[in-house]
Amino acid sequence: MTDHELDPATVGAPRAPRRRRLGRLSGRDKAVVAVLLGLPILIDLVFIWGPTLGTIGLSFTKWNGVGGLSTKTCQPNVPSILNNGCLYGVQNYHQAATIYPEFWPAVRHNLIWLAVFVFFATPLGMLFAVLIDRGIKGSRMYQSILFLPVMLSLALVGIIWEFMYSQNYGLINTVIGHNHNGNAIDWLGNPKLNLWSVLVEATWRQAGYVMVLYLAGLKAVDPQLREAAVMDGTNAWQTFWKVVFPVMRPINIVVMVVTVIESLRAFDLVYITNKGINGLELLSVLVTSNIVGETQRVGFGSALGVVLLVISLVPICTFLYLTFRRESQPKGAR
Amino acid sequence: MTAQTIHRTTPRASAGGRRKAPRWGQLASQAFLISACVLWLLPIAFALYVSLRPYSETQKYGYVSMPHHLTLKNFSDAWTQSDMLHYFWNSVLITVPSVIIVLALASGLAFVLTRVNVKINVALLIVFTAGNLLPQQVIITPLYRIFLQIHLPTFLAGSGLLYNSITGLIVINVAFQLGFCTFVLSNYMKSIPDEMYEAALVDGAGLWTRFRKLTVPLCRPALAALATLLTTWIYNDFFWAITLMSSGDKRPVTSALANLQGQFVSNQNLIAAAAMIAAIPTLVVYVLLQKQFIAGLALGSSKG
Repeated sequence: MTDHELDPATVGAPRAPRRRRLGRLSGRDKAVVAVLLGLPILIDLVFIWGPTLGTIGLSFTKWNGVGGLSTKTCQPNVPSILNNGCLYGVQNYHQAATIYPEFWPAVRHNLIWLAVFVFFATPLGMLFAVLIDRGIKGSRMYQSILFLPVMLSLALVGIIWEFMYSQNYGLINTVIGHNHNGNAIDWLGNPKLNLWSVLVEATWRQAGYVMVLYLAGLKAVDPQLREAAVMDGTNAWQTFWKVVFPVMRPINIVVMVVTVIESLRAFDLVYITNKGINGLELLSVLVTSNIVGETQRVGFGSALGVVLLVISLVPICTFLYLTFRRESQPKGAR
Repeated sequence: MTAQTIHRTTPRASAGGRRKAPRWGQLASQAFLISACVLWLLPIAFALYVSLRPYSETQKYGYVSMPHHLTLKNFSDAWTQSDMLHYFWNSVLITVPSVIIVLALASGLAFVLTRVNVKINVALLIVFTAGNLLPQQVIITPLYRIFLQIHLPTFLAGSGLLYNSITGLIVINVAFQLGFCTFVLSNYMKSIPDEMYEAALVDGAGLWTRFRKLTVPLCRPALAALATLLTTWIYNDFFWAITLMSSGDKRPVTSALANLQGQFVSNQNLIAAAAMIAAIPTLVVYVLLQKQFIAGLALGSSKG
């Protein structure tokens, strides 16, 4: 794709040299290509894309994971033990949306999670980055401290925050005097509170992540742009929104994708807190509990997985489109 | 950065009365960042404090109280009573091979996709990148079944299956991280000037030589940055370990801690100490290789 542009003889004829270029590979080269290409493709197909298609397929069946699958259609009003491994149509989806009590709360919790990341964690991380990037005293130290939580496993984050939130011995309740049996606030147990408590933990980590991404972006902004803006008499606020922010478009895309994906992937924190029940239901938890739990509902769990897949395809496709759009254009257009 | 600071203040200084504005701004920024840092350190500092206090003392005075004396005994107890060395070793056995295999496969793949005109190279890159962005739960159902189906010789997996084996965790970590590394490395490789490859070609270097002797050495900074990122991510993995392993004793340290939490439920000081111990490897990576880590994150996002 890149080589032919250097060769003056082939400029203007971009199609022909491609084929010639591949034709020039020796037998040994072709073997190298086959191995370097083949092995990762095999792994990716078997362990990532195969299962993705599998999830879609299984979501149309009713299966408890024991015994085989068949192409028979499930019969209504037959005990489920005799009705195993059959084709169930869209019944799993229908049940999820209508009679599965955890489904809509989980969707709502995922949306709240996303909203907190978009409207709180991301602006906070961006603010950290902008302040640190101004080169104030101690900026390196601030950066290191704010980034520290990103290095910790989310499971550890959950354990560490337990000491802040615990009803009886937690730092927060002790400081505000609510640690006695009568008046204790159950931050992680009360289903009205625990999602927000866990979101504080998640934001604590996510803001540092966003900060580093924006720091990288800000460093790449041409200082002359800012100088020009300042010369034109804009203030710091205007300079940022009118000049710096638009230039950071690639970073904005990455941060947007990271934000959506991370909020859909959220699992570890709620699982370590209470296994994702009682106010902390998330789609990811429901998928997991339906397939690894004691009563395996493989078809049903897969349907929930497909819901998660469909939602996540939106940011994935947006990212891929914005990132790879220019790849298919000729190089000179960049 | 300094140039920009100077230019920020000069026009204001000439405007006379507004000279103080940036200084107030500086002060406000400092105050904001200092309070944010205190909030950010507080949970870790408190957990560390709990881990340093004897169980008897916190029982008597509560966790939020002045220390009478501090001890490292919780750390030694956590280490000996919970078999942490064993879990650490599991983490090493999973993380080190995974990182090496991912980087080897991803660099080979990225090289072919950027330097050989395979017709579908952009499509392939998209497929791999998208695979990395999927939530793990989207693939777990069939993956769990596949892991139960694949039989392995016992030297690779004590369980005889890919399920519940360290090999299985290596496989899934490799598969899952492959997309991100390929994406980053292919961006990096595109920046290597074509002239270098032309010269190598003139010298009669075959494709393998151009990969091994030319591309890999030039990609060393990117590989180092990715290795740091991958080590942290794979070490910190929780989901694969709890879904693709049934027996606790094969789990890596971060997910084994979830079990320890149940085991030591009455002694929170010990849990705090165990959590701190489990955090040590990533903190070491952080202190020693912070630059590489951040460089890796920046590489993933620097595509213009």
